[in-house]
Amino acid sequence: MANSASPEDNIVSISNLSFSRGPRKIFDGISLDIQRGKITAIMGPSGTGKTTLLKLIGGQLAPDRGQIHVDGQNVHRLSTKDLYALRKRMGMLFQSGALLTDMNVYNNVAFPLREHTHLPESMIRSLVLMKLQAVGLRGARHLMPNELSGGMARRVALARAIALDPLMIMYDEPFTGQDPISMGALVHLIKSLNTTLSLTSIIVSHDVQETAAIADYIYVLSEGKIIGQGSPQELQQSDSAWVQQFMHGDADGPVHFHYPAADYLDDLLSSK
Amino acid sequence: MLQFLQNLGKTTRSSFAKLGRASFFLTHTLAGINEVLARPNLLFKQMYSVGVLSFLIITISGLFVGMVLGLQGFNILSDFGAEESLGVMVAASLVRELGPVVAALLFAGRAGSALTAEIGLMKATEQLSGMEMMAVDPIKRIISPRFMAGFISMPLLAALFSAIGIMGGHMVGVGMLGVDDGAFWSQMQASIDFQEDIINGMLKSVVFGFVVSWIALFEGYDAIPTSEGVSRATTRTVVNSAFSVLALDFILTALMFGDI
Ligand SMILES: Nc1ncnc2c1ncn2[C@@H]1O[C@H](COP(=O)(O)OP(=O)(O)OP(=O)(O)O)[C@@H](O)[C@H]1O
Ligand SMILES: [Mg+2]
Repeated sequence: MANSASPEDNIVSISNLSFSRGPRKIFDGISLDIQRGKITAIMGPSGTGKTTLLKLIGGQLAPDRGQIHVDGQNVHRLSTKDLYALRKRMGMLFQSGALLTDMNVYNNVAFPLREHTHLPESMIRSLVLMKLQAVGLRGARHLMPNELSGGMARRVALARAIALDPLMIMYDEPFTGQDPISMGALVHLIKSLNTTLSLTSIIVSHDVQETAAIADYIYVLSEGKIIGQGSPQELQQSDSAWVQQFMHGDADGPVHFHYPAADYLDDLLSSK
Repeated sequence: MLQFLQNLGKTTRSSFAKLGRASFFLTHTLAGINEVLARPNLLFKQMYSVGVLSFLIITISGLFVGMVLGLQGFNILSDFGAEESLGVMVAASLVRELGPVVAALLFAGRAGSALTAEIGLMKATEQLSGMEMMAVDPIKRIISPRFMAGFISMPLLAALFSAIGIMGGHMVGVGMLGVDDGAFWSQMQASIDFQEDIINGMLKSVVFGFVVSWIALFEGYDAIPTSEGVSRATTRTVVNSAFSVLALDFILTALMFGDI
């Protein structure tokens, strides 16, 4: 179990984290650890705050309470300079891709290399082509972001996220919008990156089957709490109704499909 | 009444908060200027889209404004038999006032709105936070070069506007209305003072360039990251820039030319 590992084995360690958006509590005192070298999945219904959690880990948002340590450093106590140094070692794949729209695919992948290294252009070219080959888009290198499909854009963003060979990569919904073939290739890619580059991967995903196939450990979030955790096998056999519902995708159960709201009938009948 | 006071308080507080964010933004932007100087390519690219692409609108508007000045000036001056002073009148109005002010207003409409929309959309599509996660400071990488490009382009565009405007005035006055060519130029040379007129006019456009670029970039950066938010921010850029330019113009004119 991840929690029983010694602290040095945890690349990310979150303790007692609380975070609110306005009056809405997104996290209510959660604690979790991400073990070094492993693939950890974070799952949960849409709108529970998975993207928010990644942004907290990356230091783009600050928690109301609690701490987040990444590689031994308290993310929210770092100076801007140290935070930026830490971020060079973290890759993040945004849900939307977040490609720079004024550059083509090639230059997007080259961007972090050009910003942070002084490598000669020939070396950059080889690196970029290697990363693009890995995501199957070497042939698309002259396209502009607006000429890519959503799934392709996400794969380019993945190539960019691994350009600097980070210690840890956070994938926000890497599988959404992928056809079965590129999905299979991506699952394989994430797994092999993790072993060959001895990375740590955090995957946020709704695709239970694909994620369970490669994850070493899974956290299930709902309504600001961790409602289940364990290896995929442990979760499949969990006797918690919440986890069962999530792992099997049932619409009915303790986890609600709806954003918190007033009673439906009252809402329809009331005039406001 | 109580409601009104409450709203007033809220508005005041949020305006002050915005002013604070804008000042912080400006300091951060200025701190990035060093890095821009170290990578002039970033600056040249922005000089092109902010400055060079504004050439056409500045040239055409300058020409028409100059031609109108020629016509109106001739009408008034000929009543006093002073047509020969047309050159002075056209040049002084352009160099002192119309050049810097109208060029700044056009610049806000042409380049400022484009900057706001560009930055706002970059924010809405998470390009700015994507950069942050790649450990690239978006203010230094994206905002500072654009700020500097605007700041440098504005005086050049204002000078271009005045020069073309004088030619427009000459075209109408000398070419069409028969003012003496030699008198047009010699009177202008005799009366337009380098320090008093040209330097002061330049100074104005430097200030306007600073303020318009600041407003445009800040509104984009501070925009609510949705299509509606970006569209509102773009409008605010044009409106706030126009107000600021006109108000500052009065203040600067009072300081430079008035004996207040
Ligand atoms: N900028 C924001 N301002 C206010 N509330 C926000 C903002 N961004 C997100 N939220 C709220 O925070 C909650 C969590 O959002 P988040 O994007 O982290 O969800 P998620 O788990 O990633 O969902 P999904 O699986 O759909 O991507 C949502 O309920 C949303 O309403
Ligand atoms: Mg999300």
